[in-house]
Parts: sequence; structure tokens; C-alpha cells
Amino acid sequence: MGTSGKFLAIEGLGKTFQNENDSKTVLEGVDLELAFRDCLAIVGPSGCGKTTLLLAIAGLIPPTAGAITFRDGPLAAPERRIALVLQHYGLFPWKTVGANIALGARLQHIDVPEKRLRSVKRELDIEGLDHLYPAQLSGGQRQRVALARALLLNPLLLLLDEPFAAIDTVTRERLQNNLLDVFAQRRFSFIIVTHNIEEAVFLGRRIVVLDGNNRGIKTIMDNPGMGDPQYRNDPVFFERTTELRGILEGLE
Amino acid sequence: MKRRAIGVYAATILIIYFAWYALSLMLGSNILPDPFRVFIRGFEEIATTAFWVHVEASLLRLLAALFFAFILAVPAGLVLGSNERLDGLFAPLIYLGYPIPKVVLMPVIFVLFGLGDLGKVVLITMIIFFQLLITTRDSARKIDREITYSLRSLGGGRLDYFFHVVWPVSLPGIFTSLRIGVGTAVAVLFLVESIATSEGLGFYIIDSWGRAEYATMFVGIIALSIIGIVMYEIFELLERKFCKWKSL
Ligand SMILES: Nc1ncnc2c1ncn2[C@@H]1O[C@H](COP(=O)(O)OP(=O)(O)OP(=O)(O)O)[C@@H](O)[C@H]1O
Ligand SMILES: [Mg+2]
Repeated sequence: MGTSGKFLAIEGLGKTFQNENDSKTVLEGVDLELAFRDCLAIVGPSGCGKTTLLLAIAGLIPPTAGAITFRDGPLAAPERRIALVLQHYGLFPWKTVGANIALGARLQHIDVPEKRLRSVKRELDIEGLDHLYPAQLSGGQRQRVALARALLLNPLLLLLDEPFAAIDTVTRERLQNNLLDVFAQRRFSFIIVTHNIEEAVFLGRRIVVLDGNNRGIKTIMDNPGMGDPQYRNDPVFFERTTELRGILEGLE
Repeated sequence: MKRRAIGVYAATILIIYFAWYALSLMLGSNILPDPFRVFIRGFEEIATTAFWVHVEASLLRLLAALFFAFILAVPAGLVLGSNERLDGLFAPLIYLGYPIPKVVLMPVIFVLFGLGDLGKVVLITMIIFFQLLITTRDSARKIDREITYSLRSLGGGRLDYFFHVVWPVSLPGIFTSLRIGVGTAVAVLFLVESIATSEGLGFYIIDSWGRAEYATMFVGIIALSIIGIVMYEIFELLERKFCKWKSL
């Protein structure tokens, strides 16, 4: 990390999509900071620009205003140390699970030791799926394959776009615990986009509420209790979810 | 091939055989020789080297044309399908060029490239080229934006995009188009081999016809058909092997 210690800084970020005959401003004046080993949840109504914000941080879509700095350098293209799990997982249907998992490391010429590969697969419970194609997996398995592929790149920042949206409640909670485990054991930050209130409170040390109408940040909620797997049963957890629900309902 | 597919093939061949036999009884064996005679003739013919010279000539022309069409059309189609600017630039040309029946250009091609193998191969190549170009381009166009993001965020560059995304996405379409192309290619092969050559199954058919050796003529027709069928099956086999994911 750089000397001034800013891990990720977003300043005055704006994004306007330009088509032939109309333009649409999705984000405007977004300011956000994230420290190393910190975690953030982004919530907001559908279409408010959550994915857009995440893709901009991933260096995949150029902002039309403002700037993003990652480890004190301007971020203009995909960064090696930023890994992304897309809303629909971004697996390649024509590649087997094994090839999908290995692809990031292969493209970046990173040698992943066999031992590490096995331990990540074990951690995420996706052993023995290597020869299958994504179409042959369940939604939860696909999600974990995408997560494994991202983790193998040793990211410093992990970006997750509604990663557990298409998964049943029980599996979802197990995967959330899983992510929390990995987060406790490895050194990285993560940003998770979600439209699930409980998930945001369970996984975000701060919760950023995007405002669909004003294209910016409505509010940022602190959530210091996060990080304990038992948090779900804590009265504070209910307070926070109720508070967040109130904010989101106010946006409709 | 699955056992079921073999069964269907065998049944079809039997039906054709009997329909042919019935038809030859009706029309008289001067016009349509009965299949058994053709069969015997076929066995006599495949024992001669002359017959295999014709098969080889046809096969080589066909393979050469498919090969050239492939190496010209596929890369061009992949590039056009994944590059909007170039696509827009060439779309009108392809749009106008595709419906023109290239066969009518035969005289021009023969003047430019000669009546020999070159001219013949060029004409067949041209005809398959457009089909292959269009299918390849269209399948390369249909790439999900998320897949593009996925590859880029994994550290893939422009070249990686071609090898890991555009090529595999387009491959099933390419095989389909090659299969259809074989049918067209065989038809055009017959046409070009009926002119200015003394080698090839097209010549063999026309020549036997001229000498009123109908049984021999049918041996040629069947040989040409078999070449088409075998090539078609090979492309299907390759597609099943390399595009397994498509049928899941
Ligand atoms: N490439 C693009 N071109 C034009 N408009 C776009 C593009 N990408 C997104 N948009 C528009 O920007 C807005 C925000 O999209 P985005 O995908 O960021 O929303 P989201 O908050 O992730 O929604 P959801 O919760 O449904 O996933 C939408 O109205 C969408 O139509
Ligand atoms: Mg989204």
C-alpha cells in the first residue's frame, strides 16, 4: 500500500450512458473510501446503479466524471489485485469447471500450486466437479466456482455483485458464513452488492445506500457489530435491519 | 455414431433401394438401371485404378476449397462479428454480395484463373466463403456483455478474447455452416467438373452418360453422394466432440 494509506478512494464519481439519441445519468457525485481489510455492502433499488458502480471499480467501465484511486494509483483498467464475481457469475459455458477456475491464473501467468488449488476447492466445497460444464452445476455450485476463481488470484479487493441472489435461504446463509470465514483468514477487502437487507447487515461493516432518484449516495450506515457468525441472532442485528428497511422504504 | 442412428441409416438405404428397384421396373432399365446391376458395376469399377483417379481428383478439389474457405472466412467472420466499426464498414458489401448467385460468375472465374484445378477450386471456395463468413460473423456477434467483462476482469486482453470467447462461441455455428457448405460444394463440384477436365467424378458421370452407360453413371452419382455424406458426418462428429457444452 502507498504511504498515504488510502486503499480505495472514489471521488465525485459520475457515469452517464450515452446512446445515439439519449443519455442517461446513472451515478453522480459518488464519494466513497475503503480501507484494506474493510468490507462494504451496497444496497439500493433495482436499476439505481449498483452494478455500474461495481464495474467502474473493477476498471471495466470508464466513469464520465470523477476518479477512482486504488493503492494510490489511478484506476483506469482492470487491476490484477481486484477480482470480480459478476451478477450471473461470468463463467464460460464452453469451459469445464476446472478450466474456468484456472482461467484467471492462466491469463495472468500466475502459477497456482496444486495444494492451494485443492484447499480453495475444499474450502468452498466444490471438489470433484472439475470435468463438468457450468450448465451441469446448481446455482450454488456455480456461485462457488466463480468465487474460487476470484480467490485464486489472491485479490486485495474482492467485488461481489449480488452473489447469493439466486440461492435458497439455507445455502445462502452457509455461503455468507463461508465468505466471512475466508475474509477472516485471508487479507483482503470486499464490496458486496445486494438487495437483501439481512445480507447487507450481516456482511457490511458499512452499508452504502444508493438513491435511485438522485443518482448518488443516500446515506452510509455504520455497522460495527458485523463479522461474528452469531450476529444474526443479536438484537443489534434486528435493530440494524429495521433501520435499513426504513431507509430503503423511504426511497420508493 | 449411435446404434439407433446406424439403424435409421440402414432402413433409409433399404427403402431407397426398393423404391429405386420399383421405379426401374416401371421406367425400364434403359432409363433407370436396376440397383443390383449398379451394385455389380460398382464392384467392377472400384477394382480399377481409373475410378480412384476420379475419386481422388474430386476429393482434392473439395478439400482444397473447404480449406481455403475456412481459413479465409472464419478469421474474417470472427473479426467482423466482434468489431462493430469494421462490421458496419463491410456489412453493405456482404449484404449485396451474398445473394448474388456466385455460380453465374463461373465464366469470369475461369477466364481469370483458368479452366484447370485453380479456377474450379476458386469458384467452389467463393460459394462456401460467403455462407461461412456470415454464420461465423453472426455467431460472434451474439456475445454476452457479462462474458466480456468476465474475461477482462480476469486479466484477458484482446487476443485472449478471441481464443477464449469469440472462437469457442462461434465454433458450433462454424461447424453447422461447414455441414451445409458440403452440400453446396458437392453440387458446384459436379458443375465445374463437367467442363474442361477428364478427371473427377463430375466428368465420370457426364462421360458415362454420353456413352449411355447408365449403370456406370449411377456408380459415379453414388460415389459423389457418399463423399458428401461422409464429409457431413465428419463435421457433425467434430462438432459433437468440440462443442459438447452446447448440447447440455
Ligand atoms: N451499458 C449500458 N448502456 C446504457 N444503459 C445502461 C448500461 N448499463 C446499465 N445501464 C442503465 O443504468 C441503470 C443502472 O444499471 P445497473 O445495472 O447499474 O443497476 P443495478 O442497481 O445493478 O440494478 P439491479 O439491482 O437490477 O441489478 C439502469 O437503468 C440501466 O438500464
Ligand atoms: Mg445489478
